[in-house]
Amino acid sequence: MTAPAPPAKQPPLLTVENLQVEFETYGGTVQAVRGVSFSVEAGKTLAIVGESGCGKSVTVQALMGLVPMPPGRLKSGTAELRGRNILGTSQIDGLDFRGREIGMIFQDPMTSLNPTMTIGRQIAETLEVHLGWSRKKAFARAIELLDMARIPEAAQRAKQYPFEFSGGMLQRAMIAMAIACEPAILIADEPTTALDVTIQAQVLDLLGDLQREHGTAIILITHDLGVVARMADEVAVMYAGQIVERGSVDDIFYRPAHPYTVGLRAAMPSNNPDAEHRLLPIEGSPPDLFSPPAGCAYAARCPHAMRICSTHEPAPFVVGADHYGKCWLHHEKAAGGASMIAAAAAPPEKKS
Amino acid sequence: MTASPPLVVSENLTKFFPLPKGRKVHAVDGVDLTIHEREIVGLVGESGSGKTTFGKTLIGLLAKTSGTVTYRGKTLPQQYEAADFRRQAKVMQMIFQDPYSSLNPRMTVGEIVGEGLKLHSDLSASDLRDRVASWLSRVGLEPDYMSRYPHEFSGGQRQRIGIARALILEPEFVVCDEPISALDVSVQAQVVNLLEELKASMGLTLLFIAHDLSMVRYISDRMAVMYLGAMAEIGPAQDVFFEPKHPYTQILIASNPEPDPNLERSRKSTTITGEIPSPVDIGPGCRFAARCPHVMEQCRVQTPLLLPLAGQPDRQVACHLFT
Repeated sequence: MTAPAPPAKQPPLLTVENLQVEFETYGGTVQAVRGVSFSVEAGKTLAIVGESGCGKSVTVQALMGLVPMPPGRLKSGTAELRGRNILGTSQIDGLDFRGREIGMIFQDPMTSLNPTMTIGRQIAETLEVHLGWSRKKAFARAIELLDMARIPEAAQRAKQYPFEFSGGMLQRAMIAMAIACEPAILIADEPTTALDVTIQAQVLDLLGDLQREHGTAIILITHDLGVVARMADEVAVMYAGQIVERGSVDDIFYRPAHPYTVGLRAAMPSNNPDAEHRLLPIEGSPPDLFSPPAGCAYAARCPHAMRICSTHEPAPFVVGADHYGKCWLHHEKAAGGASMIAAAAAPPEKKS
Repeated sequence: MTASPPLVVSENLTKFFPLPKGRKVHAVDGVDLTIHEREIVGLVGESGSGKTTFGKTLIGLLAKTSGTVTYRGKTLPQQYEAADFRRQAKVMQMIFQDPYSSLNPRMTVGEIVGEGLKLHSDLSASDLRDRVASWLSRVGLEPDYMSRYPHEFSGGQRQRIGIARALILEPEFVVCDEPISALDVSVQAQVVNLLEELKASMGLTLLFIAHDLSMVRYISDRMAVMYLGAMAEIGPAQDVFFEPKHPYTQILIASNPEPDPNLERSRKSTTITGEIPSPVDIGPGCRFAARCPHVMEQCRVQTPLLLPLAGQPDRQVACHLFT
């Protein structure tokens, strides 16, 4: 199938609308993802940021059909890859799109690879299954891919087992596997969380280089704002199963439009000698997703919460080009609300 | 800062772990470190650099292979006996990395926090409870959580339980082994602020082990950088972070992603190839020589000593570039 010649503005590769995922448990229904919408363009990196339990991993696992059902359930939503549905199925035109059109890298490379197969065979298997290559041809390509992922002595390394690799090398081997079929989209779920900073820098550089060479779109799931600043073009900030703010990386860091985004930043040291501030923790904890609050999920922890915040869920208010914040402070009746967020984004209190 | 007297001094502290066939893991290899009273020393390094082993050996949880640790000028035993632990527990404590595995799941929070006090004092049961209750509220937990079990708490709450457990005997010196690594950003700030407050109110001295360079710079007075069992650089935290001298420290700091997109865009990539080598049977020479961009002939044969920088006596670097 050949796509029609793209007009001036490229249509997004992947569009997700109103995704809702629930889990049935003995304690009740957990509403893990509560209406998430986003899109990804070729050659760009979308970072999905949030703390543990915010639903960022479940979101991408649902796209990849990796949420066990039951107990999981897709309550609603659509997801289209180049206009074709991928939600609730593993196939497009009778072919599995997973691994072929969307590759995935997991957080813990040690447990995500098969310990009883050599690294080379695991990569080759992808090519044999999706592209029908012969064992020999696929293994030769696996060596090339390991070399592209900057694994030294790739030909020897391909014959080794995962236990013979270090954590950083395993993660690079997993990247080699994920890009084997040259997918249009690469989903990386906390790809460097288990790695040291020097190895993290190597892996992030590798992802950036592969993206530039192949025009791959990357969905990067992380909780590390430093990694976001280094890698992302677009950012979605998730809290309690929803995207509370979405914008360009500069919007998110320099013009944040949601108090949670501001709070995350203020809880970290700045490393700017002129802007040293005392760390401002976000007090309290995220809401119970068995029974999410009626209003804004962040209201209970928000320093700017108003009466309406605990009763009515805010709409995503557009605050700039492709930039929205799901916060009542942007409503016209909340006079000066937006400037309150801006003021909070520059914490004045110096460290004693 | 340096005006305060030394509290804990390690000299040539070494911890080897034996392997079959007479081989040895050089986990900590001849580390000198002086920690002054009421100071926070941050210890950073990659996994496998020996940070945790150093902390455990320093407070006697592991027997020393060689070298000495002195506390207020008194030399501590090479290997602790039961009586040594009893004596030292009142002055030295440790906060552990993993708030999930370091609390006994079959003990209530009250039993966990109060156990040290029960062993080391002759408080009545009701006084003991009062003390546990007051420590729980001091670390920001409800006193009536005492009868609950660890699984009922979040990671941040468990870390507070671990802090209350370590501090209830009012020690002078605490080794914090990655106390925030398992926590979310917003909760990390809570725990760091709590440690700073307790340090101020109790006059604590802390060895703060972490791999989060930004957080170590923020909380520490001095920063020490370990590589493969040896100290690479020690100095005031701001100086080491903003003007690193040792090539390894430079690469470590340059690899630390900053939450600032403009800064990240302007920064050129400084990644090093390769990974931390195996600490088994290390030969002579600088441990970083194999990965160092500035490696010289001398580096491969002669082990650099940790020496003060010319004109900056409070900064020490173990690198031949500076000798």
